[in-house]
Amino acid sequence: MFQNIGEMWILLWRTLGMLPQAWRQRRKVAEQLFEIGNASLLMACILSLFIGGVLALQTGPKLVERGLANVIGAIVGLSMCKELGPVMMAVLIAGRVGSAMAAEIGSMRVYQEIDALQTMNINPLSYLVLPRLIAISLALPLLVIFSVLVGWSGGAMVSVYNHQIGLSFAGFFDSLRANVGVGDVLNGLFKSLVFAVVIGTVSCHQGLVTLGGPRGIGRSVTKAVVNSIVLILILDYFLTRFLMVF
Amino acid sequence: MNDALSPAQGIGVQVRGLRKSYDGQCVLDGIDLDIARGEIFVIMGPSGSGKSVLLKHLIGLETPDAGEILLEGEPLRQPGVMDKFRLAMVFQSGALLNSLTVGENVGLYLEEHQLKTPEEISRIVEDKLELVGLKGQTDRYPGELSGGMHKRVAIARALVIEPQLILYDEPTSELDPVVAVTVVEEIVKLKRRLQVTSILVTHDRDLAFGVADRIALINAGRILLVGTPAEVKQSGHPLIRNFLTIDFNHSKIN
Repeated sequence: MFQNIGEMWILLWRTLGMLPQAWRQRRKVAEQLFEIGNASLLMACILSLFIGGVLALQTGPKLVERGLANVIGAIVGLSMCKELGPVMMAVLIAGRVGSAMAAEIGSMRVYQEIDALQTMNINPLSYLVLPRLIAISLALPLLVIFSVLVGWSGGAMVSVYNHQIGLSFAGFFDSLRANVGVGDVLNGLFKSLVFAVVIGTVSCHQGLVTLGGPRGIGRSVTKAVVNSIVLILILDYFLTRFLMVF
Repeated sequence: MNDALSPAQGIGVQVRGLRKSYDGQCVLDGIDLDIARGEIFVIMGPSGSGKSVLLKHLIGLETPDAGEILLEGEPLRQPGVMDKFRLAMVFQSGALLNSLTVGENVGLYLEEHQLKTPEEISRIVEDKLELVGLKGQTDRYPGELSGGMHKRVAIARALVIEPQLILYDEPTSELDPVVAVTVVEEIVKLKRRLQVTSILVTHDRDLAFGVADRIALINAGRILLVGTPAEVKQSGHPLIRNFLTIDFNHSKIN
């Protein structure tokens, strides 16, 4: 485990050292962005809509009973942008995109494509890891913004159309606006950026260290997804603690 | 290696006391070789004898446990040495990038190192593909090609580098005899045209004796003999005699 952690730090450090070459890899970054968007946008929309909705449904009736209907918007708003948006999207991306990264790089390792790159003096970190890491670091925060907006809409719809809650759209969004600041949204975006780097690093690392044939690729994919999700959840706690200081 | 693609000149390769073990099992056991500039040097031996592992060491894909490899007298693992010389390898499987087209695979080196304009790269790619009999296949993907075509694309990709040292891992395996002869002709032409140093790993005796300037026979990670094809044929070493003479007619098939 410690060897893996050490290797991942080295991989991340070396890849960050290649950031000046990012512009040269812009075509690959764009391809990866398209892949990530294509793989996750619809799923992100469905997930966020229902999570926002269920948040309102779980909290709304109890709050209305106690005369606290004016905090439903705040609860949905803060939960989505500070916690559920970043974490749910990170888990989704780990499953859909991290697994694909580990599988693609893993199969390139197994079928000697990475060896072929090295013999051509093409650095696999610059050619394979850098574009993926940049793309996921751009895509996940964007996806979180999208998820937060859809989640708020889901919460608003349930708050308006559920007869036990019966809020107006204006009432829901007034409460949200009064309690959710730009700082809260930035808080979630910062988390999502850290999660993106974790998913990209873990998945690319697992791909690069793949051994054996198809079974090895399968093992790498499983490890990439499981390790990413575990790290996301652990880091979420520590990031939350850290961000509470500000 | 990224310097402008000047006409290639073969480089000399020296291997000194190379040792490698995997999980305690010795695969290379003190290999010493001297390969001259512009030579076609064939490393021959039975399966599992360490040929391919030796080849991977020669291009820096593996790190030896002991010993060293020198390119023109400079240690391969010394920083900057790999960049100084143009090296290429044709893998047994071809090792083409499946996400790229044939043309993109062949032009990858030039594009990534920004050595030519896109128009020049297209022209060079077409030339090299024509050279290996694959004209007009630029836009196909590796998944749509046969095993033999894979290998020829891999050779075209290596040729684009205008290498000073080219390594071939089983260049004629999976090829029908006609294509195999075409590939072998290409290896010989390349040597004549560019004086490139070629190192071939094979267990194909016809190939070895057909193209080699010198042959090294390897068994269980040790070099048994290095010599010209004529010297190898005259060897009285029992393992070499057995490897060179065994065939289906002489073996006892019931």
